[in-house]
Amino acid sequence: MSALFFDDVSVWFGEGRDRVDAVRHANFRVGHGESFGLVGESGSGKSTIMRALTGLAPDWSGRMAVNGNPVRSGHRRDRNFYKSVQMVFQDPYASLHPRQSVDQVLSETLHLHGFRDIEPRIVRLLDDVGLGSAFRFRYPHQLSGGQRQRVAIARALAPEPSILLLDEPTSALDVSVQAEILNLLTDLRAEHKLTFLMVSHDLAVVAHMCERIAVMQAGEIVEVMGVDEMRALTPAHPYTRKLLQASLGYTRG
Amino acid sequence: MTEMTGLRAWLLTDTPHSRGQARLANLYHGWLAFRRNPMAMFGLAILIALLAIAALAPWIAPHDPFYQDLTARLQPLGTPGHPLGTDSLGRDILSRLIYGSRITLYIVTLVALIAPLAGLIVGTVSGYLGGWVDLVLMRITDIFLAFPRLVLALAFVAALGAGIENAVLAIALTAWPPYARIARAETLTLRNADFISAVRLHGAGPIRIITRHIWPLCISSLIVRVTLDMAGIILAAAGLGFLGLGAQPPSPEWGAMISEGRRFILDHWWVATMPGLAIFTVSLAFNLLGDGLRDVLDPKGEK
Amino acid sequence: MTPLLEVEDLWVRFPTRTGILDAVRGVSFTLGRERLGIVGESGSGKSMTGRSILRLIRPPGQVTAAHIRLDGEDLMQKSEAQMRQVRGERISMVMQDPKFSLNPVMSVGDQLIEAWRVHKKGSRSEARERALGMLEAVSIRDPERVMRAHPHELSGGMGQRIMIAMMLIPDPELLIADEPTSALDVSVQAQVLQIMDRLVQDRGMGLIFISHDLNLVADFCDRVLIMYAGRVVETCEADKLHEAKHPYTRGLLNSLPRLDAPQKRLEVLRRDPSWAETPSVRPS
Ligand SMILES: Nc1ncnc2c1ncn2[C@@H]1O[C@H](COP(=O)(O)OP(=O)(O)O)[C@@H](O)[C@H]1O
Ligand SMILES: Nc1ncnc2c1ncn2[C@@H]1O[C@H](COP(=O)(O)OP(=O)(O)O)[C@@H](O)[C@H]1O
Ligand SMILES: [Mg+2]
Ligand SMILES: [Mg+2]
Repeated sequence: MSALFFDDVSVWFGEGRDRVDAVRHANFRVGHGESFGLVGESGSGKSTIMRALTGLAPDWSGRMAVNGNPVRSGHRRDRNFYKSVQMVFQDPYASLHPRQSVDQVLSETLHLHGFRDIEPRIVRLLDDVGLGSAFRFRYPHQLSGGQRQRVAIARALAPEPSILLLDEPTSALDVSVQAEILNLLTDLRAEHKLTFLMVSHDLAVVAHMCERIAVMQAGEIVEVMGVDEMRALTPAHPYTRKLLQASLGYTRG
Repeated sequence: MTEMTGLRAWLLTDTPHSRGQARLANLYHGWLAFRRNPMAMFGLAILIALLAIAALAPWIAPHDPFYQDLTARLQPLGTPGHPLGTDSLGRDILSRLIYGSRITLYIVTLVALIAPLAGLIVGTVSGYLGGWVDLVLMRITDIFLAFPRLVLALAFVAALGAGIENAVLAIALTAWPPYARIARAETLTLRNADFISAVRLHGAGPIRIITRHIWPLCISSLIVRVTLDMAGIILAAAGLGFLGLGAQPPSPEWGAMISEGRRFILDHWWVATMPGLAIFTVSLAFNLLGDGLRDVLDPKGEK
Repeated sequence: MTPLLEVEDLWVRFPTRTGILDAVRGVSFTLGRERLGIVGESGSGKSMTGRSILRLIRPPGQVTAAHIRLDGEDLMQKSEAQMRQVRGERISMVMQDPKFSLNPVMSVGDQLIEAWRVHKKGSRSEARERALGMLEAVSIRDPERVMRAHPHELSGGMGQRIMIAMMLIPDPELLIADEPTSALDVSVQAQVLQIMDRLVQDRGMGLIFISHDLNLVADFCDRVLIMYAGRVVETCEADKLHEAKHPYTRGLLNSLPRLDAPQKRLEVLRRDPSWAETPSVRPS
């Protein structure tokens, strides 16, 4: 049984002439405790896979399962789903409600999951993500990008999920802040035995975080490879080679 | 003095220590931004004065607003005892204006509560749920929008009977559609925002999302809009009063006073002009206040 | 020979509620016909430096400088009308997101043609010829179709190439590119950079290339200024960037994950308050 299971998953937006097939026939599975990466150019359908799983993109076909439990079609998910799968979004400037303090965000989240001991849990979550109680009553505009992303991570950890979906969690941040957040995620994964599904367009970031990597091109997964293959620059698919070449840096033509 | 600076520092801190402090600090920041706009402060001052006048009317009005003295009809401005003169029944215009402020405030408050709230509910539900709900609600909104406001209000009053309450109801019923439009437009930009997706991923339902996450972001633009519309509302109420469909004589409603005064407009201009000036001043004050609030509440203006 | 651009003691200040905020603090540099990179974290003052050369800082922001000389002429002394001339003809700027720089309701062709006619006062058909030529120069394969397209129908890479084409119409002496490829995928990024590279070389322009990507700047530019908190903390030849000395530059370089070498943990930048206080270094 895998933590995440995708079998022949296709996702589309719109109908008729406006239909966009964002993901086509995706197959992969992510083991318990594994960290799995999705790479590809923008628009290749990386985020869409996550959004279909979480019910944010309702039009999909195929089969998906979380910890062996099949996921319902459409956008409805039950409470247990949200308790085991959580997501961190790309842009920390867009993923926090501008009028809600850190405290409000976390206490509402905990309340939604039916926790009673909200007070101590908020303190613990803030400690977990390295913010501490000094940040508890701040509003998003009083936080830097990295601090916001820590709040978003704390929110995702609130229901104590076993699977974390990370949609380019550091691409809006400076490299120095990226290093802090990636270290934090590594620590949290070890501490809470988390499974990661991580999207990024930065191959070095994915190589640092993930053990296996799927390469997407125009909605299709063209290759799944181990990180060692990637580091050795020996992928099978020509598109992957092209991506790797481009990410090695600019060479004067 | 040190206490003041201590309070200021407590309010301006970047690390509040409690929910209450965080809220107050937020309000204080808004106030600081508002205070920098002198015209808005001027508008606020006028409105506070209006509130005070309405509250203290029995004490500051020199005469009973209903007391008629037919021997002192149509006295001009500056008559001893009647600084703003008297009307056709010899009633003191200043006292009537002072008491009339209560009616104006009453109308304004009721409309400002009913119309935006109705608009907010219709607009956010429509925008968030989409689909056929959106279609039905927006067509209803369109129908209301298609009628000229005063004509629709006239129809309502004609159906419900003349009187202040019905005038208020009629104005509110005709005023909500623009608010519904604004709220819907804002909701459409918000409903796919990541922070809304995030609460959905914690199992929050549509009612919670609309009331707790979308409303707080729509309300500020509605407040601004209502404040700017307030002048129009006062004028509509005055218009109904003027047409004899709003406040009924002898009520000192400002619109009704203009209506009474128009018969003497050529020879005794002040009878109609003084209430007109009062309406103008209050409308202007609301407009200035609205401009200032927009600067504070509308985040698009900043940064 | 006078350098193309000399900037001396440049400050950009913003009055805020809590006091004056210095976004750029005493930056000096000179530029020949070369590619100068400016790198640093967000908020370090890169964009403000670029914009202040064109005097494009909106009030209440204030720019002061001992001088900003373009071919020996001090831009600080020029009137707003004269500056408009400089902006159109001698210095061009490319921004990060072409979506905000192109007119959304006008076809690309019309925008290019209008831009050309404003500068060169030629006939419409001549302008059209030149616009097509410009699109070919930025490696657009199907220029006729792109001329008819509106900006929203174009991909990010295409839009950015058109921006570059537009900026090159007046044959500027200096091009300021503010994160021109940050919104693009790596493969598209390489194409856009190649185009800029070739144009700069062919026309002998100067280029100020603003970016947060150290590796990119190291590969692409000739010389680099590293900014921190509004100051230039270090300057070096681009190909020596990986041997940089300043702890800030080193910290930025080391915090990057690497494809060729696995690391257990990434190094985290430890900020030293003194970095923000030592005066800007002056490139030799
Ligand atoms: N809400 C939507 N409506 C229509 N098309 C969409 C929507 N979201 C994404 N798409 C399309 O789906 C494709 C994949 O998008 P996405 O998964 O966001 O790509 P990535 O995350 O890899 O950059 C793109 O072509 C995009 O235009
Ligand atoms: N209008 C403004 N008011 C106040 N501060 C500003 C304004 N615009 C920019 N700044 C400040 O100037 C500094 C430098 O900004 P910028 O040059 O845009 O940085 P970057 O290196 O990311 O391009 C930032 O710290 C920013 O907060
Ligand atoms: Mg994406
Ligand atoms: Mg910038």
